[in-house]
Amino acid sequence: MMTCKEMVELVTLYLEGALLPEDRARFELHMGLCHGCAAYIEQMRQTIYLAGRINEESIPDHVEIDLLNAFREWKSQR
Amino acid sequence: MENEQDRPQTDLALVEAIKSGDESAFQKLVERYYSSMVRIAALYVRDSAVAEDVTQETWIAVLKGLDKFEGRSSFKTWLFTILTNRAKTRAGREDRYVPLGPGWETEDATGEFDAVSAERFVNDGDWNSAFMPRKWEEFPEDYTASRELRTIIEEALATLPAAQAEVIRLRDIQGWPSDEVCNVLAISETNQRVLLHRARSKVRAALERYFAGEQVDRS
Repeated sequence: MMTCKEMVELVTLYLEGALLPEDRARFELHMGLCHGCAAYIEQMRQTIYLAGRINEESIPDHVEIDLLNAFREWKSQR
Repeated sequence: MENEQDRPQTDLALVEAIKSGDESAFQKLVERYYSSMVRIAALYVRDSAVAEDVTQETWIAVLKGLDKFEGRSSFKTWLFTILTNRAKTRAGREDRYVPLGPGWETEDATGEFDAVSAERFVNDGDWNSAFMPRKWEEFPEDYTASRELRTIIEEALATLPAAQAEVIRLRDIQGWPSDEVCNVLAISETNQRVLLHRARSKVRAALERYFAGEQVDRS
């Protein structure tokens, strides 16, 4: 049986699908029996989910204007 | 979950539209990659103004070379190859800049690391029941980028070493597949996983503190 301390270091490999089949089975067995680890892995999934909902800052206005001008020039020369 | 209509257009669909002169397609493609490009260029040139410059030059080079892009590699790989080549040239030309050497990310992927403080476990490696992770009761199922959570995550990212921060941004915030992250950052699959693991573990810990605080406040 893996320990909880090992579980929290393997969770990324688990979520990446990078555990060997026998390790994956041991991981899932532990997760099914341990409330703390089940909660931890759910928190990792929620962390990834939240990170995916962040919008990074947009383009500065002056850059957008410069690039649109470059686009129009490129288009006119084609 | 996104349904079929909401799914963003693929890079290749946007490239085709740009070739036929569609300005809004160009805007969309620039928006998709601009912030990642500036950050990645900054890894080489170590100066955000120069990184912005390199990014702008890259887009102009992309337009000029677009007819030659045949889709043999992904657009993303092509785009970031142009970007990093330009950033490397720029970094090499100006003495005060130090180009990234091979293995630049290794330092951030080695050394001792505990995803969770060792104090939360009892001797044989089981959770100490007093410090066991608990369900985040306040977790918003229909979460739509609250300013507060965004701030928590951004603050956690700001404390990460550069390579860890870049990997989690590309993988989890931008949603890139791991092979493209490895290509663009010139790192191995193994190192990428280590960096991602460390970064995610620290962001999770920051969120755990936040959700624990919220629960106390509301009780």
